[in-house]
Amino acid sequence: MELITSGKCMTVFLSGEIDHHTAADIRKVIDEETDKLLPQVLVLDFSAVTFMDSSGVGLVMGRYRNVSAHGGRLEAVNLPPWCYRIMKLSGLEKIAKIQMSGGRR
Amino acid sequence: MKPINKFTMTMDSRSANEGFARLVASGFAAQLDPTVEELCDIKTAVSEAVTNCIVHAYPDGVGNVYIFAAIYDGGLFRIRIRDRGCGIEDIRKAMEPLYSSLGGERAGLGFAVMESFCDKVSVRSTLGKGTSVTLDKRIKGKPLAD
Repeated sequence: MELITSGKCMTVFLSGEIDHHTAADIRKVIDEETDKLLPQVLVLDFSAVTFMDSSGVGLVMGRYRNVSAHGGRLEAVNLPPWCYRIMKLSGLEKIAKIQMSGGRR
Repeated sequence: MKPINKFTMTMDSRSANEGFARLVASGFAAQLDPTVEELCDIKTAVSEAVTNCIVHAYPDGVGNVYIFAAIYDGGLFRIRIRDRGCGIEDIRKAMEPLYSSLGGERAGLGFAVMESFCDKVSVRSTLGKGTSVTLDKRIKGKPLAD
């Protein structure tokens, strides 16, 4: 996982497997940085994610709540098709930008 | 129905075993020559069922998770994930998309994902006794050669 901050935009490049076990650490790192920087835009980039179950959806929902609390917005981008399929079950795309890899919405 | 091949396994309900369980399940299912997508479906569904055991069945500690998997004629893969935990009070409610008894970081999509990624999901649960989730996945790849 890598975090890049540019102005008030923070991008998190997620990698590897996201499940209930790994999500706990990922969440901790993102939240520590978010609390410090209070970004206006938090971008979660899924291009290097090799596995995800509904814990990934929980991760996005939780981060959405955090950034919204101080008026920021969240984007989940470059989701592999199978990630996107799980994300769609949540209806999250109604409240946040959820984008499949290749730029398709 | 007699399985062509089967395995059983018992493991601790520790979150570190989530990845282990889905690897074992997908490794076993690989003999049905599934597509990459079918394997991904199995991994995801198994991950959800095992996570439920860890998060819900034994909320205050570590218990056993019992896994039985088998393959049958016609490319059927079946896996049963069972615990002796607290049980589910209202199965229909637990299976509702976006409902989670824990809220917060849980999306409440575990059963929705299992249903969306498998051909059949059956759940049996007794309060105080435990829960058993059976997942059926028909693998459309070529059947097992002998």
